[in-house]
Amino acid sequence: MSGYFILAILVLAFIVIFQIAKASEYVSVLKGEEQTFQQNNRINAFLFLVFLVLGLAGAYWCNELFYDRTLLGTPAASEHGEKIDFMMWITLAITGLVFLLTQILLFWFAYKYQYTEKRQAFYYPHNNKLEFLWTAVPAIFLSVLVGFGLYYWFGMTKDAPKDAQIVEITGKQFNWMVRYPGKDGVLGRKNYRLTDASNGNALGVDWEDASSHDDIEATEMHLVVGKTVKLVINAQDVIHDVGLPHFRMKMDAVPGIPTTIWFTPKYTTEEMKKITGNKDFVYEISCDQMCGSGHYSMKGIIVVETQDEYNRWLAEKKPQYLTVKEAAAPAAPAADTTARPIAQAIN
Amino acid sequence: MSETTIQGQQVATVLHGHDDHHGHDHHHEESFISKYVFSMDHKMIAKQFLITGMIWAIIGGLFSVLFRIQLGYPDATFPILEDIFGKWAQGGKISPDFYYALVTMHGTILVFFVLTAGLSGTFANFLIPLQIGARDMASPMLNMLSYWFFFGASIVMFASLFVQTGPASGGWTIYPPLSALGQASEGSKIGMDLWLVSMALFIVSSLLGGLNYISTILNMRTKGMSMTRLPLTIWAIFFTAVLGVLSFPVLLSGAILLLFDRNLGTSFYLSDIVVKGEILPNEGGSAILFQHLFWFLGHPEVYIILLPAMGMVSEVLSINSRKPIFGYMAMVVSLFAIATLAFLVWAHHMFVTGLNPFLGAFFVLLTLLIAIPSAIKVFNWLTTLWKGNLRFTPAMLFAVGFVSLFISGGLTGIFLGNSTLDIHLHDTYFVVAHFHIVMGVASFFGMFAGVYHWFPKMYGRYMNNTLAYIHFWVTLAGAYLIFWPMHYQGFAGMPRRYYDFSNWESFKHFGDLNQFISTVSMIVFAAQLLMVFNFFYSIFKGRKVTSENPWGANTLEWTTPVNPGHGNWPGDIPEVHRWAYDYGKDGKDFIAQTEPVGEHESKH
Ligand code: HEM
Ligand SMILES: [Cu+2]
Ligand SMILES: [Cu+2]
Repeated sequence: MSGYFILAILVLAFIVIFQIAKASEYVSVLKGEEQTFQQNNRINAFLFLVFLVLGLAGAYWCNELFYDRTLLGTPAASEHGEKIDFMMWITLAITGLVFLLTQILLFWFAYKYQYTEKRQAFYYPHNNKLEFLWTAVPAIFLSVLVGFGLYYWFGMTKDAPKDAQIVEITGKQFNWMVRYPGKDGVLGRKNYRLTDASNGNALGVDWEDASSHDDIEATEMHLVVGKTVKLVINAQDVIHDVGLPHFRMKMDAVPGIPTTIWFTPKYTTEEMKKITGNKDFVYEISCDQMCGSGHYSMKGIIVVETQDEYNRWLAEKKPQYLTVKEAAAPAAPAADTTARPIAQAIN
Repeated sequence: MSETTIQGQQVATVLHGHDDHHGHDHHHEESFISKYVFSMDHKMIAKQFLITGMIWAIIGGLFSVLFRIQLGYPDATFPILEDIFGKWAQGGKISPDFYYALVTMHGTILVFFVLTAGLSGTFANFLIPLQIGARDMASPMLNMLSYWFFFGASIVMFASLFVQTGPASGGWTIYPPLSALGQASEGSKIGMDLWLVSMALFIVSSLLGGLNYISTILNMRTKGMSMTRLPLTIWAIFFTAVLGVLSFPVLLSGAILLLFDRNLGTSFYLSDIVVKGEILPNEGGSAILFQHLFWFLGHPEVYIILLPAMGMVSEVLSINSRKPIFGYMAMVVSLFAIATLAFLVWAHHMFVTGLNPFLGAFFVLLTLLIAIPSAIKVFNWLTTLWKGNLRFTPAMLFAVGFVSLFISGGLTGIFLGNSTLDIHLHDTYFVVAHFHIVMGVASFFGMFAGVYHWFPKMYGRYMNNTLAYIHFWVTLAGAYLIFWPMHYQGFAGMPRRYYDFSNWESFKHFGDLNQFISTVSMIVFAAQLLMVFNFFYSIFKGRKVTSENPWGANTLEWTTPVNPGHGNWPGDIPEVHRWAYDYGKDGKDFIAQTEPVGEHESKH
């Protein structure tokens, strides 16, 4: 009901505005076109000035309101992220200056050079020196930005350090699956045709490959603080994206084409709770590529912790291969006895 | 005087085909069908594009209001929505599938149907013959077909809104595999096929139009109208048409391959896929290939949308500053630079797809290069205003607003074009803010400037000024209120294309802002309806234009009668003696292009 009520009010408001507009047209005919034009011109020129002042004040206020809710004030949780933040500030400073300069000139000119009968516009068709000036100056600033940008870009996209821990993350509609290589440090081979979620092989691991036998699967990702991690990123059905806002990292997950990123977490989840002052803080993985109707709910969790905590967590995990074998042969108690030592061994 | 006549005759011989046609029109009363429906008069075709575009704009805008309801009030229910949309809004709440369908259609409609067809189609058709001094387009027949293909595309897209599984819903960029697999999403069923068919028709329309614009501009300029005397509107439209002709076919090929993958079992974009537990046989395709094909059009497309607006803004700013546009040649060269670079930056949309980082570096460089011609344009516009004598007609207001928006949105492009920053900002609300300001709203401002400025030429009447002022100020303020705070959401890493943020510890603290944005967007939408109303009301009831040249402008369209017939000039086509921007020269308010250069005139 309220919907129709709002519609009715809207229609009413329309009619009122329209009547005023029509009346103002008659008035202008009575007053004379020239005079109406001058009056309107003064009003609009003044409004441009008002807009400039209110706009700048509004931008300031907006910053007051929302700055704390962005990540600009929160330290980046990875070393890459710190570089990205630093660049962000350089870029903000440069573009901010240009923004202020040009917007102020624009609206100030609009106000200052509003029509008066007294002035004759200045015939000024071109000036090559000026053109050169505003080709060269932006070019210089942009070179600086490109220089910084590419320096960092190559630093972040080069191969991960050799000692990086490898973790695989696979997206599917609409959740994330995580796999650790186990003690051998090698992820077992996969073949998507072997995918069989109901039989414990949601990732399509090829059990024929012995290096898969100690691989551990999880739904949450645990990382060790200060230890570089290399993510191997996959998708099963459509394109997803591993979005890590606190680490300032992001990479698409593309079916058939594995991608990678690497970074070094700087703060544990607990430390971030203190830094952000939010006791519910968690590192979230957001899917950043439209992947279907559940896209907005495709969340993963990363827990960053100390080496000890991590070891304890891992100790409780059993390689997926063993779980599958057990399920296939429930009557074989032997499998159970082997499971423990292996799980412990891979720490 | 006799000289002009002779030259007029020469022009007439060159264009004899059209002149015959023109003469013919005078002897027969045109039927309703040939005058208003299957018209070959470029002015009527322009109006057809404009009005179709306006209808689409209302639909596309309404969709955004609907999905903003969801974002602003995620917990509320509105029974009226269920009354209207049935299962799509069960319990008065927009469903995720519906939300994504709305977002996708909003983007598709506004990018292609409104800001491409509605904008280029309208003003290229309307202004090219009038401003270069031609009686019609090179091929009025193809021109008419161009509109009717667009109409066909519109019908198919509109029909897709009503199929049972809904229209396409994978985003306007329709990335496969999502768009290729019916199992993956409701919108990837028949709705997606219709989307592709509609776009194929659309591309045909756009090619027919574009080729026509190019050949008309190159071949049919009146005597004296050298390329360097063309108004900037025409230059902008020219480069727009070139961009379209070179890039749309690539999208067509991408779309056709997608149709094959969908319906014929090919694997261009598909490989190693398990969807909802089903193992697909496709191997060897690349999902990323589609993105290359898409953005090879997609990036030029954003300039296809923007350049005509830039051209019209240049024209309107100059006329209403009563000053020549500053740096005409620099303006042309920067248009050219933008148009060229537009083809070389497409992969800046793909920095985080796993693109080779070395390749990415080139795209960073080329992308930031575009900022240079953009900066040149901004400073030239500012200098055009400097020491002018500014008349704030509604068109002028929108032109000034355009410059402000182009600055704001262009600067954020510098963030996104730098791949290092794009890692963090990609696919967040920062991108939404960037492209809405620089492309969406700015181009709309250019279009509004064009409509308010040339309405008197289209219909022989003025639009209501008071309504136009309200329209302008609400839209300018609203655009900033809506999109400025979105940068902050982007800095928080908040992803775009999310239906609901309330389950996210990292993003849920923007509820009040989302509500604010949604409310403003409804007000802004209402202001657009005001403009539409003003438009249609003024066609019939607007104040009549009494002089041929109401704005005191130099260009040729203002030498035609108030209501020009098919053929535009009743007598000979006028000859051109100078560029289009002699405003305020030698103490004269303006000197029309048709005026011969006087003996004592100063050089510039
Ligand atoms: C200084 C000039 C510009 C630069 C450096 C620039 C850069 C970029 C970059 C790098 C992106 C991709 C961001 C991402 O997805 O992470 C982007 C997105 C976009 N830009 Fe720009 N841009 C500029 C100007 C423009 C202009 C003039 C327009 C339109 C007329 C425009 C329209 C768009 C659109 C529509 C998107 C979003 C596409 C999508 O993902 O849906 N940009 N821009
Ligand atoms: Cu997703
Ligand atoms: Cu682009």
